[in-house]
Amino acid sequence: MSAQHHAVPAPVGGPLLNRTTFIAGLLIALMAAIVLYRFIFGLASVTNLSDGYPWGLWIVVDVMIGSAFACGGFSVAMLVYIFNKGEYHPLVRPALLASLLGYTLAGASVIVDIGRWWNVWNMYWPWSANPNSVMFEVAVCITAYVAVMWIEFAPVFLEKLGLKDIKKKLNRFLFVIVALGTLLPMMHQSSLGTLWVVLGSQVHPLWQTPFVPVLFLLTAIIMGYAVVLFESCIASSAYRRSIEVSLLNPMAKIMLGVVAAYLAVRLGDVIFRGVIGRSFHLSLEGVMFWLEMACFVAPFLIIGTESQRRNPARLFVAGILLMLGGSLLRINGFLIAYDTGAGFTYFPALPEILVTMGMFATEVLIYVVITRRFPVLPREA
Amino acid sequence: MQQASFIHETNRAADAVERRLQISRREFLQFCSGVAATLGLPAGAEAAIAQAVEAAKRPSVIWLHFQECTGCSESLLRAEHPTLEKLILDIISLDYHETLMVAAGHQAEKARKDAMAANKGKYVLVVEGAIPTKDKGIYCKVGGHTAVDLVKECAADAAAVIAIGSCASWGGMPATDPNPTGASSVGEVLGKPVVTIPGCPPSPYNFLATVVHFLTFGKLPATDKLGRPLFAYSRLIHENCERRAHFDAGRFAMEFGDEGHRKGYCLYKLGCKGPETYANCPTLGFGDVGEVSWPVGCGHPCFGCSEKGVGFAKPIHAMAKMLNVAPPLQYARIVEEQGKGATFASAAALAAIAGAAAGGAAMLTRNLGMSHKAEELEKTQDKAGKNKAEV
Amino acid sequence: MSSRRDFLKGALAATGAMVGAGATPVHARDTYSRPPEAMGLLYDATLCVGCKACMAACKEANNNPPEFNTVDKLWDTPLDTSGYTFNIIKMYRNGTMETKDAEVNGYAFMKTSCMHCADPSCVSACPVSAMIKNPVNGIVEYNPDKCIGCRYCVVACPFGIPKYQLDDPLGRIGKCELCRHRHKDGYYSACAEVCPTGATLFGRTEDLLAEAKRRLALKPGTVTKFPRGRLRPATERMLQGQADGKGEKHRHGWRDEPDQIYEGTVGKYVQHVYGEKEYGGTQVLKLSGVTFEKVGMPNLPPYSSAATSETIQHSLYGGMLMPIAVLGALTWVAKRNVKPDDDSGEQS
Repeated sequence: MSAQHHAVPAPVGGPLLNRTTFIAGLLIALMAAIVLYRFIFGLASVTNLSDGYPWGLWIVVDVMIGSAFACGGFSVAMLVYIFNKGEYHPLVRPALLASLLGYTLAGASVIVDIGRWWNVWNMYWPWSANPNSVMFEVAVCITAYVAVMWIEFAPVFLEKLGLKDIKKKLNRFLFVIVALGTLLPMMHQSSLGTLWVVLGSQVHPLWQTPFVPVLFLLTAIIMGYAVVLFESCIASSAYRRSIEVSLLNPMAKIMLGVVAAYLAVRLGDVIFRGVIGRSFHLSLEGVMFWLEMACFVAPFLIIGTESQRRNPARLFVAGILLMLGGSLLRINGFLIAYDTGAGFTYFPALPEILVTMGMFATEVLIYVVITRRFPVLPREA
Repeated sequence: MQQASFIHETNRAADAVERRLQISRREFLQFCSGVAATLGLPAGAEAAIAQAVEAAKRPSVIWLHFQECTGCSESLLRAEHPTLEKLILDIISLDYHETLMVAAGHQAEKARKDAMAANKGKYVLVVEGAIPTKDKGIYCKVGGHTAVDLVKECAADAAAVIAIGSCASWGGMPATDPNPTGASSVGEVLGKPVVTIPGCPPSPYNFLATVVHFLTFGKLPATDKLGRPLFAYSRLIHENCERRAHFDAGRFAMEFGDEGHRKGYCLYKLGCKGPETYANCPTLGFGDVGEVSWPVGCGHPCFGCSEKGVGFAKPIHAMAKMLNVAPPLQYARIVEEQGKGATFASAAALAAIAGAAAGGAAMLTRNLGMSHKAEELEKTQDKAGKNKAEV
Repeated sequence: MSSRRDFLKGALAATGAMVGAGATPVHARDTYSRPPEAMGLLYDATLCVGCKACMAACKEANNNPPEFNTVDKLWDTPLDTSGYTFNIIKMYRNGTMETKDAEVNGYAFMKTSCMHCADPSCVSACPVSAMIKNPVNGIVEYNPDKCIGCRYCVVACPFGIPKYQLDDPLGRIGKCELCRHRHKDGYYSACAEVCPTGATLFGRTEDLLAEAKRRLALKPGTVTKFPRGRLRPATERMLQGQADGKGEKHRHGWRDEPDQIYEGTVGKYVQHVYGEKEYGGTQVLKLSGVTFEKVGMPNLPPYSSAATSETIQHSLYGGMLMPIAVLGALTWVAKRNVKPDDDSGEQS
């Protein structure tokens, strides 16, 4: 590996109030109003959740897909600290920031969505918690991971605040934090998939499989890298910086490797269980299955070769496609291919959609504020 | 013009009846209204009835009694509107009735034969009681003739045959297992369908309304397969029972005298046969003291006295079979479409977001592609320049 | 050169972790069975006349408000179970709907309420033990004081039973609990208590299963005795009537009531007791004249999805062995790669 010249991370600077942050602010205000209404009048007053679809947009998108998008930190940290690919170091902080925000807001979305939020401490209380429950493991893991990430990200704040001594002390134990920060997402991201095992035949056979934890783990890793591609392109474009194609190119190659492994498991499982035939029915499930597959296969055509990977436009599109593919896996399993057998339909309500947009807007706003004022992105050479 | 003459005719009829029967016009018109109501006829029918009653030439009625307890006649005696002796005996000419007529013996039989001959083809035959058929019908003889022979003889020239009471309608109590006398219904003996007014006893108004319908319209009212007039026997008792709400809410009396029984709860668990018995007892009641004067209203389960196969056949406390189970249309189906789908606003919002995202992504892709192309071009130019320089 | 070695080391650590997972004895968690004193219901659809007395009684016993789904909003007309409707009778319709319990051109009724499974998916799903299965009588009990309202039990249940009160900001889950709040006073399930035909029968599931099998063995059209209310086992009938000087409640713990056995005709059954083996068995059993799947009872295998889900969880996380092993490997690798003097922003 040739030595890369890495710029020291530094605040981007610039005004905090611009078109993006202004719109984000509006969406957040709207979201806050709707969330307040929800807490006063109940979930049915702002969502289209029903007896047949108790989980809707907020759980599947805000929590599950949101947290999967937030796997950039996990994927990049794994590259840097476990596989010792030090050249990706500059990507760590921005990815970590996106992760941090993604997971914290996923947690916030959970609090907004659950009906008896004042009892949530029971999940951590040994005399109430049910260790057999997949959800218990997901919740405890995510809570621990959020704490780990804030600690992992703390050096950024410590740097800005000039607290060098504390930062040094923290650095001595960073490797433990990093190890935890790699283990915990593996646990809860896979378990987010295991959640649907107990649903039994309510989930269509094209999705219901005991291998679902592997599928979710692999897609989480893939989405992590895809999000890094996506955000790198957008951040560079927004901040008028050059894109580190030299970093993204080989990372994308690793990502494709994981995609290949994922496709092998996914298609192998569906064929081995003898249900692949159902995907050829002209049904909603059949169409969604192949749409999902297409999102994972297309990147091989878009960034399959070395020269293709040098084109940031192609990297960007591939990133989007993989984010979409991973999202579809989750949406399909929990919403579209989910049937309680009782004739229910579901489509998110407008306030529901606005809250989701508000959550993502919050991430964008805080990301912008922190990257502009704190040392996260590498200083341009 | 037509309407005016109609009213005039009705008034004239009422006046005639008043003179003849010494009852007030008001009482008479009330009677006609009552009959019209019982028959379920539309408004205005009472006027037609009034005219018919006045104009009718007191049709002859032959009333035969066989294996019976005379309860049906007794029930008729207790009618209030009209009282039997005042109106019906004058509206119809009851030419033969073993309980009510004064004559007896040979004179009675001769009166019957004379009436039958004089009104050949026009008299109404009413039969009360079952007809024994075993051993050539010797178990019931009147004036030396068996019931079987008598009923056949009298029915031959009758304009209409009405079987009153469960015994005449389908065999009733005498036909209870093992039925040693071979008690049979009028219809079975005559081999043809007749009008039946089952009940033990039936409400007198079921019979009276049927007869007056015949007088007014010249034909008997619409009946079901068993010959029962639909106006009285088309509904199950269960459908009109005043305790139905208790059944639907699951409030039952379990034993006579328990709390539920004292509160007037449903008697289904005590064996009420209302759910499989067709009659109008809950609607009319008995004895003209209001709707509640019927067995269930008094706290005893209905035993299905008017229904063949139920009354005198099923034990009183045996559970009734629910005949009319047809649920209402809004009964929840196995799968009901529910849930909230897309509204215009939410679909539009999602489409807008998707559109904006796609648009933004497309633009960024294009920009990235363009800048990449420019970079590549620069690189090849540089290379070319370098090569040139090296040369 | 060294980084490639490190890369391989890291890859090896990960592979080792996955193999470790495979090598851990995957002790499949067996599907649970019903406890010996399990209590439940027997619903015989051929006896049901759709009177809905059980629905009215359930609403009253649980203080639930009526649900309106017709224009006039006069009667309680729920379309399905909900946070406020714990029991509903639904109607199967086909063609002309002439004959009761006929699958073609007929109609039939089916009761929908909690099945009190032997291996409940909701109990496995609930992260805070708000849904638990009573170890003695097997009733699946709900505790709103622990519930966080996550609705995982709602998605997990194969019968779609637990439902959340979405319209209430302080909403809770609602489902049948076999009227356990009345048991201490000697009253059993209200639905069984009021059923006029004995279509819903309360009792020990063991006895109910025997009764169900007895009915399946009879020839349709023959006359037999049907109990109503609570099914008393033979031993109890022997003891009944014997004074015990204790007042109202006798040995069996339920209030005395007259024996409501009656004679009726046997219907034509589908030869299957639903709930005998499905997902390990349920405590509410059903008999029907129409194929069960057509009346809303799903076709379930004898092994429960709770067992499958927990097997996966236990294999991966049992005793935290694998996570700790993986953490150990990761920590070792990370320590090597995260230099102590690393300023977390620069790397030489």
